[in-house]
Amino acid sequence: MREFRQHVGIAAPLPLPNIDTDTIIPSREMKHVSKTGLAQGLFSGWRYLNERKKEPNPEFVLNQHRYRETTILVTGENFGCGSSREHAVWALLEYGIRSIIAPSFGRIFLTNCVRNGILPAAINENQCLDILSLITDQNIENRIEIDLEKNLITLSNGKSFQFELNSTDRENLLNGWDMIDKTLINQKEIIEFEKKDQPNRPWQYR
Amino acid sequence: MTKPQSLFEKIWKAHEVVSISDEESLIYIDKIFLHERTGSIALQSLHSSGRTVRHPSKVFCTMDHIVDTFPGRNDKTLMPGGTNFIVSTRKEASKAGINLFDLNDPRQGISHIVAAESGIALPGSTLVCPDSHTCTLGGIGLLAWGIGSTEAEHALATSTLRVKKPRSMKVIFDGMCQPGVTAKDMILFLISQYGVSGGAGYAIEFAGTGVLGLESEARMTLCNMAVEFSAFTGFVAPDQKTVEYVIGRDFAPRGSDLKIAKVYWQNLHTDVGALFDKEIVVDCSKIRPSVSWGTNPSQVIPIDDNIPKLEMIEAITDRLAAQKALKYMDLEPGMELKGLPIDGAFIGSCTNSRLSDLRLAANFLRGKKVSNKVAAICVPGSTKIKIKAEEEGLDKIFIDAGFEWREAGCSMCFYAGGETFGAGKRVISSTNRNFEGRQGPNTRTHIASPLTVAASACAGSICGAYDA
Ligand code: SF4
Repeated sequence: MREFRQHVGIAAPLPLPNIDTDTIIPSREMKHVSKTGLAQGLFSGWRYLNERKKEPNPEFVLNQHRYRETTILVTGENFGCGSSREHAVWALLEYGIRSIIAPSFGRIFLTNCVRNGILPAAINENQCLDILSLITDQNIENRIEIDLEKNLITLSNGKSFQFELNSTDRENLLNGWDMIDKTLINQKEIIEFEKKDQPNRPWQYR
Repeated sequence: MTKPQSLFEKIWKAHEVVSISDEESLIYIDKIFLHERTGSIALQSLHSSGRTVRHPSKVFCTMDHIVDTFPGRNDKTLMPGGTNFIVSTRKEASKAGINLFDLNDPRQGISHIVAAESGIALPGSTLVCPDSHTCTLGGIGLLAWGIGSTEAEHALATSTLRVKKPRSMKVIFDGMCQPGVTAKDMILFLISQYGVSGGAGYAIEFAGTGVLGLESEARMTLCNMAVEFSAFTGFVAPDQKTVEYVIGRDFAPRGSDLKIAKVYWQNLHTDVGALFDKEIVVDCSKIRPSVSWGTNPSQVIPIDDNIPKLEMIEAITDRLAAQKALKYMDLEPGMELKGLPIDGAFIGSCTNSRLSDLRLAANFLRGKKVSNKVAAICVPGSTKIKIKAEEEGLDKIFIDAGFEWREAGCSMCFYAGGETFGAGKRVISSTNRNFEGRQGPNTRTHIASPLTVAASACAGSICGAYDA
């Protein structure tokens, strides 16, 4: 997995709460048994006027000139709620998104982000509104710096915000660890657990 | 004296292999369930990284999301590229040596329905599936939760997951519901009152007389939508009803195992005096049959109420979301939902397609006719349910009323490029998600109980069973 330490990039605003994974990538855009080939389908319901012909909707933020090189999304609470589809994260990753800033995230989505090297940075509602208004302001450059070592978001006008991420996910992102390898260190404990558990719950081991 | 423990605490402790840090534990996973939509990629990715499934006998897979539900179906499906998912799942499942409930297997059906009816999900156990509605199984007293595909690989390879311990919440449904109010209305009411994030970060125990009174199947309906409340999971403590539900099912314990299991299950309750991080009490007498007006499951009102006026919605972001939702749904703030003409009616999904749901709807439909303006479809949740329903003659009631009667699967609960009621069509649906585009581009979904769906189908417009 790709590690995350610092990132500087263009941030785009999606100022709505509860953007679900069906919206991030509709099921119809998951056409193959694959983790790739998904970027085209990202936000396809909003991004295209004609989805089949992929005709861009000029109103949608990612289609606007100013946000063409977006690598950071700033959005409302509970981003990524709904379906567990990891395709939402794979689509974001393939599109080039490295971090999402929001007051909160869907639980499964948050873990999926961390497992794929995307930083879900949580900030409070007011800070989020602040960042949203700054990156929407045409007179201010919408480039954002995110530093995971310092848990800090810095805007182009110098304003900065601390974000939250639990220490486990933070450590995993900083190091880009493979979780299965990490868990296999506890192989012995897993086997011991099963030995002890089996007489109590034999039916779980048939 | 030992400290009183909640049921959540007991199951968590019984599955904790090691505590990794203050926030995270390695939790033993008893059963893993997969389906062709997200399971195929997990197995494929696991195999291509040179790993294997640690306990194939603890892993189950079904075909539900992509398979057609038309009579006489085969690997072909209306979803573009869909056949590939079916074929590759079959291949990967056989390579992994796991249990596969393939098309034409009498145990096939929607994963969360099959896991319960085949006795794979058992009280007091842990079960995960790369699907958000896995929490459905909490209805029979276990910790079951949805995960991503990478997490599924982890569970397959190690029989464990690294889990951050959720906080605990108790939701007490107090008193009895009025006639016509179902488990679906109970959970919709809860979400409409506390918002779609109301359960975020919590494992929720549903308790109280209102829950005790529900049968196991209805408890699964209740727990199904815990994820729409953003909960880690939801569950109901097992009781005599649960034990009766479980015994005799294909993979349930038997003989001497069953003897030990029965004793083990008896301890699966929250001790008196156990503390929760949060408690909510819902007065069941206040719950009325409900329908959604917007594009998230908190945007729900009783059938005979009016859609809220925008100025009644406090938070700015919620107001914006409501505005966007109403535009998508082609509705106005303040207007009545009752009487709104519909084009489609769907009874199905892991929320409401069990035998008790079909009986409830059929009971209403007996001798009635679906409006000729409405396309009505009923899709049983599993092949077993379908067969039982046919033995009882329910299929005939549905068909006589004007419903299509299908093979088991997820079907029109979600749109993957295949079947849809169509753009701009208004659908009343017994499913769990009214998201934009969930049932097809620009399809407008109103979620409700199967009883309300049946009543609305006949009326040709949104309507409660007791108004019909
Ligand atoms: S019935 Fe619908 S919600 Fe349930 S598993 Fe299938 S697609 Fe998901």
